[in-house]
Amino acid sequence: MKLKNNVVTLDALDVKILKILQSDARQTYTTIGRNLGLSHSTVYDRVKRMEQSGVIKRYTTILDAEKIGARHITAIMTVFTDPKQSRKVAMELCKSSQVLEVYTSLSEELLIIAKIVAENQEELHEFIASLVAPLPGVSRIRTSVVTKKFKEMQNSIVDALGNSAFVKEIYNR
Amino acid sequence: MYSRILRSLPREKAFYFFTSIGNYTGDSGASLKEFLEKICEVDVKSVEFHFHRGDFQKWIDEVLGDKELATKVQALGNLGFSGTMLRNRLYNIVAQRYKELTSGSNVEY
Repeated sequence: MKLKNNVVTLDALDVKILKILQSDARQTYTTIGRNLGLSHSTVYDRVKRMEQSGVIKRYTTILDAEKIGARHITAIMTVFTDPKQSRKVAMELCKSSQVLEVYTSLSEELLIIAKIVAENQEELHEFIASLVAPLPGVSRIRTSVVTKKFKEMQNSIVDALGNSAFVKEIYNR
Repeated sequence: MYSRILRSLPREKAFYFFTSIGNYTGDSGASLKEFLEKICEVDVKSVEFHFHRGDFQKWIDEVLGDKELATKVQALGNLGFSGTMLRNRLYNIVAQRYKELTSGSNVEY
C-alpha cells in the first residue's frame, strides 16, 4: 500500500486481504495468512495500515431482515430537482434513516437517485408525500418499488478494483 | 372561521398531487384556491388516485379544517364517477364552496 497526494494505492496482496475480510471480517490474521501463504504479522501490519489510512472504514454486521421478521419493501426513488437546490435536497434525504443510499446523476436533467426502505407501500407514500415532495427545489418524483432482488453485493468495490486494468498490471509485476 | 379555511398554508401542509404510490406530478396546492386550480390541471389519474384513497377528503378536513366540504367530497364517492367526469364533479363541488366562502354572503361564525 502506498500513499501519494492523499490517494492510497493498494497492491495485489492488499486487495486479496480485503476480499477475504469482506467475505468474513471475523477471520483471524492467522487464517487469512494461511490462505494467502503469508505470516500472521504481515497480514496484521497490512490490515492495521489500511485501518489507519481509512481504506477500511469499519467492520459491520449484515442482517437478514426476513429471518428476524422485519418485513419491508425497497424502492428506488428518482427526484427531479432545480439544479440550484439539488445538493440541499440530497443532503436532506441523507438525514433520513429510511433512505439507505443517495446519488446524483446528470442525464438530460439533474436527478437525485435514492434507495428507500419502508414497512409497506402506504408508509413509503407517506414518507415521500410528507417529507420529500415538500422540499424546496423538488420538481417531480418517480418511484419504483423493487419486486425481486437478483444481486446485491457488499464487496463490489474491492471486486471491481481486483478486476481493473490498474490492479491487473500490479498483479503481473 | 372562513378565513382559516381560505388561508395560505406552509409548503409542508400543502396538497401534493401524485399519480400513484411515490410518483409526484410536481403540482401542489397550498390553499383552497390553488387546490381548486390544480384539480383542473393535473393528470386525471392523479384525481382518481387521491379520490379513491380518500386523500382529498382527509386534507380538506384535517388541514384546511372544512368539514362541510370534506363531507360533500366524500359523498361524491357514492356516485361511482371516474375519469374526467369525476374531475368535473369534484371541481364543481370545490368551486361552489370556494365561491360561498369568498362571496361574503355567509356570516362568519
